[in-house]
Amino acid sequence: MRLRYAKRGRLRFASHRDFQRALERALRRADVPMAYSAGFSPHPKISYANAAPTGTASEAEFFEIGLAQMCDPDDVRLRLDAALPPGLDIVDVVIARTSDFAERLQASRWRIELPGLTPAEAEVAVAALLAAEEVIVERMTKNGLRTFDVRGALCAARVMPTADGGAACAILTVVLRQATPAVRPDDVLAALRSVAPSPVLTGWHTPPPLVTREMQGPLAETGSADGFALGDPLAADREADQT
Amino acid sequence: MDMPRGYPDAMSAASVFPALEALLPRIQKPIQYVGGEVNAVVGDWDAAEVRWALMYPDAYEVGAPNQGVQILYEVLNEQPGVLCERTYAVWPDLEALMREHAVPQFTVDAHRPVGAFDLFGISFSTELGYTNMLTALDLAGIGILAVERGESDPIVVAGGHAAFNPEPIADFIDAAVLGDGEEAVLRLTDIVRDWKREGRPGGRAGLLQLIAASGVAYVPSLYDVEYLEDGRIRRVVPRQSGIPWRVAKHTLMDLDEWPYPKAPLVPLAETVHERMSVEIFRGCTRGCRFCQAGMITRPVRERSKAGIAAMVANGLQATGYEEVGLLSLSSADHSEIAEVTTYLADCYEGSQTSLSLPSTRVDAFNIDLANELSRNGRRSGLTFAPEGGSERMRRVINKQVTEEDLIRTVATAYAAGWRQVKLYFMCGLPTETDEDVLQIARMAAEVIRVGREVSGRRDIRCTVSIGGFVPKPHTPFQWAAQLDHETTDARLAKLRDAIRSNREYGKSIGFRYHDGKPGTIEGLLSRGDRRVGRVILQAWRDGARFDGWSEHFDFDRWSMAVHTALADEPVDLDWYTTRERDHAEVLPWDHLDSGLDREWLWEDWQDSVGEHGVEDCRWTPCFDCGVCDQLGTSIQVGPTDLGLPDVGHPEVRVGSPG
Repeated sequence: MRLRYAKRGRLRFASHRDFQRALERALRRADVPMAYSAGFSPHPKISYANAAPTGTASEAEFFEIGLAQMCDPDDVRLRLDAALPPGLDIVDVVIARTSDFAERLQASRWRIELPGLTPAEAEVAVAALLAAEEVIVERMTKNGLRTFDVRGALCAARVMPTADGGAACAILTVVLRQATPAVRPDDVLAALRSVAPSPVLTGWHTPPPLVTREMQGPLAETGSADGFALGDPLAADREADQT
Repeated sequence: MDMPRGYPDAMSAASVFPALEALLPRIQKPIQYVGGEVNAVVGDWDAAEVRWALMYPDAYEVGAPNQGVQILYEVLNEQPGVLCERTYAVWPDLEALMREHAVPQFTVDAHRPVGAFDLFGISFSTELGYTNMLTALDLAGIGILAVERGESDPIVVAGGHAAFNPEPIADFIDAAVLGDGEEAVLRLTDIVRDWKREGRPGGRAGLLQLIAASGVAYVPSLYDVEYLEDGRIRRVVPRQSGIPWRVAKHTLMDLDEWPYPKAPLVPLAETVHERMSVEIFRGCTRGCRFCQAGMITRPVRERSKAGIAAMVANGLQATGYEEVGLLSLSSADHSEIAEVTTYLADCYEGSQTSLSLPSTRVDAFNIDLANELSRNGRRSGLTFAPEGGSERMRRVINKQVTEEDLIRTVATAYAAGWRQVKLYFMCGLPTETDEDVLQIARMAAEVIRVGREVSGRRDIRCTVSIGGFVPKPHTPFQWAAQLDHETTDARLAKLRDAIRSNREYGKSIGFRYHDGKPGTIEGLLSRGDRRVGRVILQAWRDGARFDGWSEHFDFDRWSMAVHTALADEPVDLDWYTTRERDHAEVLPWDHLDSGLDREWLWEDWQDSVGEHGVEDCRWTPCFDCGVCDQLGTSIQVGPTDLGLPDVGHPEVRVGSPG
């Protein structure tokens, strides 16, 4: 089965490991008949895809589970969602009918709220980023200091219109291509700082940005404002199920 | 930075989460501060008449699994009109940001300021949590000193084992509860509710008098301590009539009526115990003379086998945990443990659920139990606690295990397929010499020799784990001199060298030890009197936090604080730690009644020095320790009548108090 979940509110501070423990326990509380790996210490068969960083909210996280017997996807969705703490919410479940799921997770659309930054200031920085050929940022990873080309992974970026003129908080939407190692929203912010230095963007005293993964899925070129759209990665399984 | 003082009701009980949330991306492991655990309860603030904040004064990863707090949290939240939330010590990174941004100490359940609650209960398993209490009080905007507190500040109540000598924290707390907390928190709740309903007669002082007069808790501010010129205590006297001379501990008498926690908390953050625990009995009468827990929790009160089975089944269903620990001070001593383990092993055979019995009893029966619980699983390690290195030491501490017992037991373990044996010892016990401790090296070598012989393998291991002994109040060793940390460390170094120099077996023996300095400060805080409060405050002002963590503990800071704070007193660090007390000396906790007869403790101390043992009163006649007589309690052991439910269909039977 393939499941989509959301990580909302205060539970965005859960790390991926925290989620894994919570999920395994919720599966047991919900009596989902899990398949277990063979071997001396069997583990439930669960595989995770592209977890959003700790502190980042998400509406589109995915994992797959292996079951010991067939189950109704809606039933699993309801039971598992009830067993998980509020804020870790199962939003969609399909029976896995296709094999190229990981390849469909081509890109993510992120919403980045920047309290303390005006939309006008954000516009300047975004324009500078889009105008660049390449913007390299550095980040410390488990494997040491790595460099990332943010511009290369960036499909689209724009400042969202806000109802009240949004004097206090600019909202960006960016679409990033999945890559290894992955370019993350905080890399985009670092890139914005480097191309358009602004006291608000560089200052440590601004409230931290609120980042949400809105969607993750196959990338398609469209005639929309961004020129790109993200599809539902579970659609293929759903269609295969109905035919 | 000054915090606003005294939150008036309701309005300022609003969640501080919006302010906290902005700080969380800037600190380590923010998940530990957000709450939202499975089985957490967020009560209706406005509907509650009495509101408790409970704290375990250590980091969330240590505090969240604590059974005491989980039990009281559930007991209180089940009561109509009562609300209880939890708070833990914040790490220094968040503490600094909270001070900078004026965010007060908060509960993790609804992120309410601790200062807005009626009662603030703190559970001390160890004295090394005292400085974390001061941080919490300060961050909460509650006066650090009890005398500074205002009418709307919470009543600060200490509990847990360390509360059996609350004198070192007497200046910081309003009250201390001795013994089992379940009924005590309900009685305190009643007193506070009635007092509020009657329009708070006498204000805060009136409430503290009511609490003291009821005998439910000890209120240190209502007692005067008088000293002799040489620094010893002359006497401890109630300041008013109607205040009891002695305050007794609470003893819960029927564990089956109190099956808590029914729905244990399942934290999102990783904690030190990633499992569910079921307390199978309370108390221990083995009579190990060093063991404060065994002395102050008498008598033995067992949960019935049916009660245990129901708690395991219900708890697993409520939590989704994969492992259950059967907890007590010596789990293999439960009178029906064999039946219980076989039954549980049958119930969960073939499932992913594993059971553990964190018992350290040194005998073959223990191995049978461990084998039963690991039917399908890995037999990795077993732990035993001989505690004393030589036969003589074990007679002194009344740990009645012969070397022959120990070798036979570990041989059985290795033969049954266990690969690793861990042995716990203490260093610095009364009358101990280097030779007593060096016996450990010889014993460990013998363990490996026999282990290789019976298992036919060379890859078996034995780990010796040893720490400094700290004499504790309400034990026969309360009069004993603590070994100074220099001698402790030197003795441990000799032991390490003796183990390492064994060419044949040394490589198979692991050696883990705790250095003596933290033990010296723990000794000061354990057997200290009210004057030690000044030391704690000074050390805290100098930055002491998380003293139970070796990376945060700073001996020099404490040592300096003792010098500064006690400069005008005829007492010092050695006076509190390495000095032997005599029979006539008034001990700081003599007015606190653990049920143990002082004369019995003294005789046991004399027997100890004379190397005489005392049996366990569960299977020999009473030897008059005093607990059952003075407190009207009795030993509760099986066999119990109510049988175990069918395997596979554990009947769900849940008792409830009263």
